[in-house]
Amino acid sequence: MILSEKHLKFREKVREFADNVVAPRAKDLDLNSEFPYDLVKKMGEMELYGLFVPKKYGGAGLDTLSYAIAVEEISRACGSTGIFFAAHSSLAVTPIYQAGNESQKQKWLIPLAKGEKIGSFGLTEPNSGSDASATETIVKLVEDEYIINGIKCFITSGHVADIIVFTATKDPSLHYHGISAFVVEKGTPGFIHGKKEDKMGLRGSITSELIFEDCKIPKENLLGNEGDGFKIFMQTLDSGRISIGALALGIAQGAFDYAVKFVKSNTISGKPLYKHQSIQSTIAEIGTEIEAARLLIYQAAELKDAGKPLTKVAAMGKYYASLIGMKATNTAIELHGMLGLTNKYPVERFIRDEKLMEIGEGTSEIQKIVIARQILGK
Amino acid sequence: MDIIVCIKRVPQTAEADVTIDSSGKDIEKDRLSFDMNESDSYALEEAVLLKEKFGGTITVISLGYKDTEDTLRIALAKGADNAIRIKAEDFELLDGFKTAQILKSSISDLNYDLIFTGCIATDDAYSQVGVALAELLNIPHASLVINIDTSEERAHVHRELEGGLMEHLDISLPALCTIQTGINEPRYASLIAIRRAAKKEIKIIGQEEIEKENLLVNTQIEELFIPPKTKEVEILTGTPGESAGKLAAIFKEKGLC
Amino acid sequence: MNFELTNDQKMLQTEVRKFAENELAPLAPEIDVSGEFPKESIKKCAELGLLGIFVPEKYGGSEFDYVSLAIAIEEISRACASTGIIVAVNNSLCAYPIMQFGTEEQKQKYLPLLCSGEKIGAIGITEPNAGSDVAAMETTAVLEGDHYILNGTKRFITNAGEAGIFVVFAYTDKELKHKGMSAFIVDRESPGFSLGNHEDLMGIRATANCELIYEDCKIPKENLLGEEGQGFYICMNTLDVSRIDIGAQAVGISQSALDEAVKYSKERVAFGRPICKFEMIQNMLAEMATQIHAARLIVYYAGWCKDKGMKRFSKEAAMAKYYAANISVDVTRKAVQIFGGYGYSKDYTVERLYRDAKILELYEGTSEIQKVVIAGELVK
Repeated sequence: MILSEKHLKFREKVREFADNVVAPRAKDLDLNSEFPYDLVKKMGEMELYGLFVPKKYGGAGLDTLSYAIAVEEISRACGSTGIFFAAHSSLAVTPIYQAGNESQKQKWLIPLAKGEKIGSFGLTEPNSGSDASATETIVKLVEDEYIINGIKCFITSGHVADIIVFTATKDPSLHYHGISAFVVEKGTPGFIHGKKEDKMGLRGSITSELIFEDCKIPKENLLGNEGDGFKIFMQTLDSGRISIGALALGIAQGAFDYAVKFVKSNTISGKPLYKHQSIQSTIAEIGTEIEAARLLIYQAAELKDAGKPLTKVAAMGKYYASLIGMKATNTAIELHGMLGLTNKYPVERFIRDEKLMEIGEGTSEIQKIVIARQILGK
Repeated sequence: MDIIVCIKRVPQTAEADVTIDSSGKDIEKDRLSFDMNESDSYALEEAVLLKEKFGGTITVISLGYKDTEDTLRIALAKGADNAIRIKAEDFELLDGFKTAQILKSSISDLNYDLIFTGCIATDDAYSQVGVALAELLNIPHASLVINIDTSEERAHVHRELEGGLMEHLDISLPALCTIQTGINEPRYASLIAIRRAAKKEIKIIGQEEIEKENLLVNTQIEELFIPPKTKEVEILTGTPGESAGKLAAIFKEKGLC
Repeated sequence: MNFELTNDQKMLQTEVRKFAENELAPLAPEIDVSGEFPKESIKKCAELGLLGIFVPEKYGGSEFDYVSLAIAIEEISRACASTGIIVAVNNSLCAYPIMQFGTEEQKQKYLPLLCSGEKIGAIGITEPNAGSDVAAMETTAVLEGDHYILNGTKRFITNAGEAGIFVVFAYTDKELKHKGMSAFIVDRESPGFSLGNHEDLMGIRATANCELIYEDCKIPKENLLGEEGQGFYICMNTLDVSRIDIGAQAVGISQSALDEAVKYSKERVAFGRPICKFEMIQNMLAEMATQIHAARLIVYYAGWCKDKGMKRFSKEAAMAKYYAANISVDVTRKAVQIFGGYGYSKDYTVERLYRDAKILELYEGTSEIQKVVIAGELVK
């Protein structure tokens, strides 16, 4: 595939922003576990949030491919900013855009697309990770209100989000059929911020527990119909896999760029590193793998834009990009030698950030099950 | 002061998944790791502390298969001077009483001021051997000992009782104490001590050296089993108000309120 | 062929494992966060004789063999990777070269201090511009009267912040290339020596890893280790031994990751079953166990080669280090996968193990260098 002129221009614009504005902040965000409010605002000014959302809902009216390119480029500079960006502009935006009614779109989609409000998506629970149907968050309709009780964990941007899409079931024994999707706004009584996770990487992003204690939300906050929840988040996750794949890809590319720079400017045994064939071999391998991963992810984005089934390719993209991403970040450290382990060079941050990509939004093991099912037709 | 410490090699079952073997009378031990019985290691440490204070020798004795020698060697590395293994291959149907008789027969010729055992073995939990051995040797004993203060002739011992009570006994030597955990802090064997202990000879007492004909067995294991799981766990769902209501109903039903 | 450990090796394994589980493991999460050197733990290691495992008893050591060294480092690292490398460096990178190449006076003076833990040992090879390429080092030593004057900077020195005795490599004659390199025993108190930056590392964070700075540092002539020009040989010979350690450390870290993963996979329920019932998880567990087993054998084998008195076992040592480090990164990665999101959280041990494992592929010769060594022996 060859990117169109339009996409190339867009990539150039985002890359310039990422290099000049995002990259210089990455080290501090990681070191101080600081949430990048400043970058959040600037990305809004750049109109990056509603890339595939139509203009009438405050979006840019572009496409999923542009979105994937944006995630990749931002993550190339900073994984933490990348995952915030993806959680906001895909995980929170997609279910409202796809399943929300007109008034819900007016109310929530527009401020999210414009970047006036921060969005987040609450699916995972302490006992329901890869197995999303095992949700234990309970919803009960009492007159005009839903009453929610339960706990969500590992929620990206949970504590800073204004608008949170989440799932709950009216009866766990109904499995998939009992699950519905809702929106809760920050400040709703009974909606409580739990603990903040101390993580290996992506330390500039916020990962939090969200607690519902007799939390009452209006009936109008239901997305789609009751029982649609599973379908809604499965669709969201399909695009979410494009996000995580693009994140993995961006982080891999970022680490690889640093590694290439390093081998070009350092010598060993009096010979520049890059002139050693074993180093050339490594560079060639990683370069090829990153390019292959990119093609898978771009293809998934194109399928999405064309309205075609994307489950298989999206899962492949996420699985493969995170797999080779681990290899690329690992190799980037190796090419730096011991220096690569210190926080004076960025590559040790990249490997810690990249590790989540094999876990978040369905572990690689789950991706393989999804891919196998698609291939086997079962 | 000469001290005999009786030790037992036991499987470590605290964190393992235990299964019953084909005989139905023992557990599957192939995949378990083994170590000195916990309270025995405290008994050994107490003996070493007394030896450091009064001099003398420590003899460790254990009844078991060849691999018991690994445990005896660790005891040597931690400060014992001599080690004796009584070959277990020759004895069938061991209960606590029979074990005590065998031990008695093999140590009655030895010199000792004190005999220590652990207060309970973590595998069979009989808590019999020490007490029975003292009776067979016709010497005084104290069980569940948590503190010892001894001179050459008499020992003051503290016994730990239920309810936080402590009993102070004054007993004449020679005597036997079954030692409670927590009486001291067992040491680790240093590498040098391990290397030396590895070369030491372990005395082996076999069938022919024990008076076999008079050994009595009082008890016999009929069956060992894992109790069936009773379905007592119920997870109450619903809002806090609802689940509290369900809980109250259960309490009422079971007669708890 | 005999795969059974000897009596003393078996006992050492049992005892060190118990010691490490009870005394070292509980501190591991804490010192990972604080980066604080575990002084008390090292004192306890000294009491057991773990700081001079193969050093003869007459110099205060425990006089065990090199397979035992591997066993001990494995067991310590299984509980705490930082403590594992601290002990390993003291043994193989500081006590070993002194024991092997030192004069009787040097041995009597320094080995008892290292074995008792009174002084911690370290080694100075790596420099800012000389990592894998040892011969590129820039530190020099010039003989002036009764003293050598050292000038240069060493980087990434494990134990440096707490060490009292350093084996340091420098050029006495740069013209002669690596034949002009010499080794020295340098006391911390030497005038002109100072500590540089403390490294903030991704893993093994409690190892007092610092820069060493020598500015006209004066050391007595008699602190030359071996002969002038023997430095490169001493260095390579020492690294062969320390690669057994790194391999053992990798096995220990991996074993710990497997233990954690097995336990968790039995407890964690997904799709109505404990996840250990899923073939995808079993697949990973089976691979991990096999990898660890193979790594343990290759590491013990390298120790065995040294015990047999093989003159050159560079290939075997490099293979052990390369393979064990390689599988360790993979095994800890799989352990994190099995834990899912929890594995990414600092509340779980596998998160630390994953970070600790990475350095295994880097220090004491990167994996790439190990391959160069192995290939070099093959096509020699």
